[in-house]
Amino acid sequence: MRRHLLLLRLFFGTSLSAELEYRSNFAVSMLSSALNLGASVFTVRLFFEHGTTLGGWSWPAAVIVLGAFTVLSGVSQSLLQPNLNRLVEQVREGTLDFVLLKPVDTQFWLSTRRFSPWGLPDLLLGTALIAWGAVEAQAPIFGYFALLGSMLCSSAILYSLWFAMATTTIWFVQIYNVTEVLRSLLDAGRFPIDAFPRGAYRFVFTFVIPVAFMTSVPAQVLTGQVNPIQAVGALVLAPCLLIASRAFFRFALRYYTSASS
Amino acid sequence: MSFLGKQRALLVTAFAHTTTYRAEMVLWALSGSLPIILMGVWSEAARDATLGYSPLEMVRYFVAVLVIRQLTFVWVIWEFEESLVRGRLSHDLLRPIDPVWQYLANHVAERIVRFPIVVGLVFLCFALYPGAAYFPGWAVLGQAALLIAGSFITRFSLQYTLATTCFFNERASSLESLSFIAYAFLSGMLAPLDLYPELVQRLAGWTPFPYLIFTPARLLIGQQVDVVGALQVMAAWTFGLVLLQRWLWRKGLARYSAMGA
Repeated sequence: MRRHLLLLRLFFGTSLSAELEYRSNFAVSMLSSALNLGASVFTVRLFFEHGTTLGGWSWPAAVIVLGAFTVLSGVSQSLLQPNLNRLVEQVREGTLDFVLLKPVDTQFWLSTRRFSPWGLPDLLLGTALIAWGAVEAQAPIFGYFALLGSMLCSSAILYSLWFAMATTTIWFVQIYNVTEVLRSLLDAGRFPIDAFPRGAYRFVFTFVIPVAFMTSVPAQVLTGQVNPIQAVGALVLAPCLLIASRAFFRFALRYYTSASS
Repeated sequence: MSFLGKQRALLVTAFAHTTTYRAEMVLWALSGSLPIILMGVWSEAARDATLGYSPLEMVRYFVAVLVIRQLTFVWVIWEFEESLVRGRLSHDLLRPIDPVWQYLANHVAERIVRFPIVVGLVFLCFALYPGAAYFPGWAVLGQAALLIAGSFITRFSLQYTLATTCFFNERASSLESLSFIAYAFLSGMLAPLDLYPELVQRLAGWTPFPYLIFTPARLLIGQQVDVVGALQVMAAWTFGLVLLQRWLWRKGLARYSAMGA
């Protein structure tokens, strides 16, 4: 455990000093995050301006959903994209061999080696959105703690999906990143799940790509309007997916034919 | 070799190159699923509010957006940035033809290979909403093809002009991410533009963006559109962008110093 913490500190430090060579990028990154968020808020507001209520959700609750989405997109920019997306490249070029040889858990190394500060603007702005929505919706104090737990579950679900998706590259060697497909489908998380039509849409976004558990449930947990089955569902789903994605990766590794063998 | 002969050779090689990766083309196409997500939310919203669009019209609108997006997708800035940073541009400059034709040929070839997938996606949408299936008529399809071609050329010129700034700042793709936000927001990709507040609509009118998606989409769902006017506006923007690009290109080449240049 101590060794892992030490490694984490080293990984963090080296990635940060590498990325800070492009400091001027931070301003552009902050600006594009802010504009992006402005456009998203505007789009959601458009529904309310025209008298629809995204499946019965209030304006502050819809803003919290958007905030949760933005926080998760910050997490994926800071951790998931820089790390897991490289798996595709490592399998293609055979450099995964070097990782497998290291005296440390492969999944740990693959998932934490890099950290990119460019997700921080999204993390900050997303948190601000959630805070605004929570005050506006007069969320109970208890809700904030529940939200924290709920967002941890969301991040775990996101990580597991991303990791499993990246793992498929061991069978299907590619140039293009499969995780881009996942990322584009996750865009559904900008809207409360009830805003989607019943049937195929809600089924897919609850059970296939569970964005409902990732952004709608945290918002409901915070405002205390959660359906207990959904909250428990998210709590169960997160560890299950973590275990399943790990098992899937180990299974896939058996089929990995390295560069030399 | 004549100019047309060169073009033919470029297109044939680009086509061969693209078909090598045809399986990945499905992933590329799937990663543009945002219109399908928005289609669900907006058609649901159109059921309980008067938006000026019926739910089925909303579905058709976003199917049109999906087709337009797929056929006008442009990535030249990443291709150019990489070839500049890695110094491959030096080889391209040795050829007896401007590198832009190579990029253009790549894009056109990709469109041809992608077309069957786009048709498949359209059928998928109409399978989700059988009531929305319709045939716009050959005359409309012909005019739409013209508008979409114009939209692609304008997008390409805009992105290639931004790409040329790579000579001066090396990370031009962050400029593209800013310009993409404006494009997404003002083109009608996120919602039909006539639902926007008056002020924003007027602002959008000063940019080329509404002509790139909103105009052809409206034509495809059967509304009256000034096709010739839209083509003229796009031609004017393209002309201005090409002039700017040529000027930047000349300035940039003078600064360019890579291996062997």
